[in-house]
Amino acid sequence: MQDDTIAAIATPLGEGGIAIIRVSGPTAIASVDSLFRGRRSLFQQKSFTLQYGELLDEEGRPLDEVLISVMRAPKSFTREDVVEINIHGGIRLAERVLKLLLQRGVRLAEPGEFTLRAFLNGRIDLSQAEAVIDLIRAENDHALRASAEQLRGALRERIVAFREKLLYLMAEMEVHLDYPEHDEPEATYDKVGRSLRTLLGELEAMIDESRRTQVLREGLKTAIVGRPNVGKSSLLNMLARRERAIVTDIPGTTRDVIEEIIVLAGIHLSLVDTAGLRETEDVVEKIGIERSRQAIREASLILAVFDRSHPLTLEDEALLRELAEFSQPLIYVLNKSDLPPVLHEEELLKYRQAPIVAVSATAGTGEGDLEHVLLNLLGWGEISPDEARFVANERHLGLLQKSERSLRDAVRATLDRAPYDMILIDLRHAYAALGEMIGEAVDDDVIRAIFSNFCLGK
Amino acid sequence: MYDAGHYDVIVVGAGHAGVEAALAAARMGKKTIVLAISLDHVAFMFCNPSIGGPAKGHVVREIDALGGEMGRAIDATYVQLRMLNTGKGPAVRALRAQADKFAYSAYMKKKLEETPNVTLRQAMVERLWVEDGEVRGVVTRTGARYAARAVVLTTGTYLRGRIIIGDLAYESGPNHTQPSIELAHDLISHGFHIMRFKTGTPPRVDGTTIDISGLEEQPGDDHPQFFSYETTRPLPYPQLSCYLTYTTEVSHRLIQENLYRAPLYSGTIEGIGPRYCPSIEDKIVRFEGKPRHQIFLEPEGRHTREVYVQGLSTSLPEDVQLALLRSIPGLEQAEMMRPGYAIEYDALDPRQLWPSLMTKKIRGLFTAGQINGTSGYEEAAGQGLLAGINAALFVDQKEPFILKRSESYIGVMIDDLVTKGVDEPYRLLTSRAEYRLLLRHDNADKRLTPYGYRLNLISQARYEAFLHKWSLVEAEIERLKHTVLRPDAKTNAHLTELGTEPIATLTTLADLLRRPEVTYESVQVLAPASSPVTPEIEEQVEIELKYAGYIEKQLQQVEKQKKLEHKRLSPYLDYSSIHGLSTEGRQKLMTVQPLTIGQAARIPGVTPADISILLVYLEQQGKTASEKLGSR
Ligand SMILES: Nc1nc2c(ncn2[C@@H]2O[C@H](COP(=O)(O)OP(=O)(O)O)[C@@H](O)[C@H]2O)c(=O)[nH]1
Repeated sequence: MQDDTIAAIATPLGEGGIAIIRVSGPTAIASVDSLFRGRRSLFQQKSFTLQYGELLDEEGRPLDEVLISVMRAPKSFTREDVVEINIHGGIRLAERVLKLLLQRGVRLAEPGEFTLRAFLNGRIDLSQAEAVIDLIRAENDHALRASAEQLRGALRERIVAFREKLLYLMAEMEVHLDYPEHDEPEATYDKVGRSLRTLLGELEAMIDESRRTQVLREGLKTAIVGRPNVGKSSLLNMLARRERAIVTDIPGTTRDVIEEIIVLAGIHLSLVDTAGLRETEDVVEKIGIERSRQAIREASLILAVFDRSHPLTLEDEALLRELAEFSQPLIYVLNKSDLPPVLHEEELLKYRQAPIVAVSATAGTGEGDLEHVLLNLLGWGEISPDEARFVANERHLGLLQKSERSLRDAVRATLDRAPYDMILIDLRHAYAALGEMIGEAVDDDVIRAIFSNFCLGK
Repeated sequence: MYDAGHYDVIVVGAGHAGVEAALAAARMGKKTIVLAISLDHVAFMFCNPSIGGPAKGHVVREIDALGGEMGRAIDATYVQLRMLNTGKGPAVRALRAQADKFAYSAYMKKKLEETPNVTLRQAMVERLWVEDGEVRGVVTRTGARYAARAVVLTTGTYLRGRIIIGDLAYESGPNHTQPSIELAHDLISHGFHIMRFKTGTPPRVDGTTIDISGLEEQPGDDHPQFFSYETTRPLPYPQLSCYLTYTTEVSHRLIQENLYRAPLYSGTIEGIGPRYCPSIEDKIVRFEGKPRHQIFLEPEGRHTREVYVQGLSTSLPEDVQLALLRSIPGLEQAEMMRPGYAIEYDALDPRQLWPSLMTKKIRGLFTAGQINGTSGYEEAAGQGLLAGINAALFVDQKEPFILKRSESYIGVMIDDLVTKGVDEPYRLLTSRAEYRLLLRHDNADKRLTPYGYRLNLISQARYEAFLHKWSLVEAEIERLKHTVLRPDAKTNAHLTELGTEPIATLTTLADLLRRPEVTYESVQVLAPASSPVTPEIEEQVEIELKYAGYIEKQLQQVEKQKKLEHKRLSPYLDYSSIHGLSTEGRQKLMTVQPLTIGQAARIPGVTPADISILLVYLEQQGKTASEKLGSR
């Protein structure tokens, strides 16, 4: 019997569909129960029955309605305690729940691990063994391919370059340990400390970015604002009409608000106050400046729409003044650019600097520009967020954080003037965690680095 | 051919590996004969006259802790002792000695002569006597056939040795002794895979012709520590100093101009040399920007004028060597007594060995030292000791003795050798040990002496002394953990005086000692032990408490790895029949034949997926076995 508990999303049925999270191991019931509120605790739930209830987030707020089944050892697929969580809120929510479980000490399952456990615990008989091996092989290959893709290009290179720097520093510290008489000046604590702090800064930046991409995946709250008739609904329709747009209602915290999500340049934008956008009848009364202000306050991104074929109105100007009060990323969208332009860019820019994109919601032009501007605005520049987002993979983020913790320990140890042989213990851990991320073992790296960088010997 | 007698164990070679192998087997009660090409070179230091240093010094301590001889031998014959890395952490502190190489050799020869069960004979072994895949004995050049249950080969650089100086090259053992040619061919005929390695040695100069006036002196420690846990007092002679000098621009130019005459670059040398022991010409080429290289002048003994020129290992022609020497400050008038040379020799790919150091091809045949692709006296001796122990255990048909990576450098080295193989002569470094902090030179006895005792290599008296010492360490650690200081004015005044922050709450002495600036000594001032402890115990207490956090980190790693190390693989596993292994992984597994999943996971080219498949396979086998039992 294995001594840790694993979890994975078992059947992701695409965005918005039902997802099942499967948890197996000694603490499976306890860890799911800690997230669950139902008629009875999961400990009291009978094996092979379903129970309806709610999952709670970190703060104990309801997250989603779920169906949970409990299968106790040894009468389960893996012969361990197994809990399955059926989630309706789509893959994003499933990932959120998975993350909550991971925070409770559950480990992300390796590819094929449920099957492997089933086999190791004698659930699957001998005749099936070969098939199991094929499965592991196939899933591993798939995972390898996936992780190779996940960390391609710029990000992978960044990790490689980072490890290279760390390795050199380690070799520099190491060389005097194995060659006390080596005549090149020894790396001082000051120097090591400085290098480590720089490295730590870089690592933190990478973690930050990964977290940021996670935020993106979970949806960037976006407000589309503008006076009536500038074409907000038309714009939304243009963006939402497309194939990859997803319109989901996520129950739970936002149960009473209809939230819409559009995908722009691979980034999920969850729209704030879409109700206001839909209600076109009663415009004058409802879409006042008050309402815009409320939407702007909630948003992390603002798309301010203006009618380019029309001079600025008092209402436009009131909105512009309002926008100048806020600091979130902002894009000026000049709609109706199929008509002769009247509005000048400076008229907007004198209120607040922001990128300007000309579109025509009815003619369906300018979307590409909008995507481009959005990426730049979020600091992704040339990296496609599709790529960047991959680093937010839980496993990768976990390894980055593990590495960061070790580096932090090392920095503290340099301040305490701990001997290098101690500091190197932490540095090796940091190095190994990053190696795991890009699928490389540590092995003789340090020794190779020592001999290629320093002239040693009798 | 004539029958020359029957033994339990034959050791071929009397170098650093052979001596330890023979002594261990004999001390374990095995009738042992040592067959060596020259009895005038028993445990001879053909290269540098020194023993120890980081990792190597650790190995000497380990050998001593297991009941081997190297530690006692060097303690009896050193001309200088120095503790290195004293300013660094406890993991890398290490002892290094300059040896009187002649005295050392004489000590070891005498030890072999005196030890019961050892026969010492000068003979050149030419052939192995093998029947049904098991060794029966050996045959010498003079036609003597020795029978034995186990044979340990420790051929050093004698095996098809070839010396090269400039454009001169000839078959030779180290220092122009007789090489062992036939045995190499015999090993090949048994199907062993041979590698060609290279090493080298610098010229020696007459010490009376060195002008030390401008050189930096490197004396020994005033109060030296020793390699052996048995040694209690220093030798009654003054220690000798080494001297430090440097190559000059002139030296570098000389080498550049004569590179075309260097066998390394003219193609005369085919063997693979080590990166960490490059010849001076190699250093000049590879590190062109470095303006000067260190040269250490080391005495070769008390009764010789010869001085070893460390840092100047070379195979340049003799005339260039002399000119080179004289381009170095202090050596302007030096008389060269012997030129340096490069030597090529045969070694076996160590992946042909089990972790017991027994060959996979021939049962009862063990190899140790340079023949396994290592370099260094200490590495050789460590393997020799293990090969000797395992040869004796083999004779008794007992389980082999295998040291773990988490408990010794010897274990790290042997695991590296048999698991990863070597592509250049292997040297131990502390950075090769992933659990470096646990493998300290100061706790070698704690790690290994219980084994030595069980193997009958450690005497009852020494074992009891060992137990006593560690009980004192434990007691003192307990005392510090349970002695509590009150944050009163007097204590805090004391603390301030000792240069550390005052305390605000009840604080144990152990907690206080964990502060970087607090030493055991200052703790003693605050609350002295009832009876004073020895410096040795003091050191242990301080390390165990001060670095407890790091020690814990390493112990956790060991614990994590343990599961894999405990899962055994059959040495006769047919990897070609295991479905699903990667092509490279399968091939590597077939070559190495690992004994545990842990070892398998360390083989370069074996992937984590391969390991999962092996785990599944193991379960499957286990079940088949139990189902068969059940159906019976
Ligand atoms: N010519 C032109 N007309 C547009 C464009 N976008 C929207 N309109 C028209 O402008 C009017 C108001 O659009 P609507 O999307 O309802 O504006 P909202 O009140 O801001 O949501 C409608 O009659 C649209 O057909 C555009 O890009 N070009």
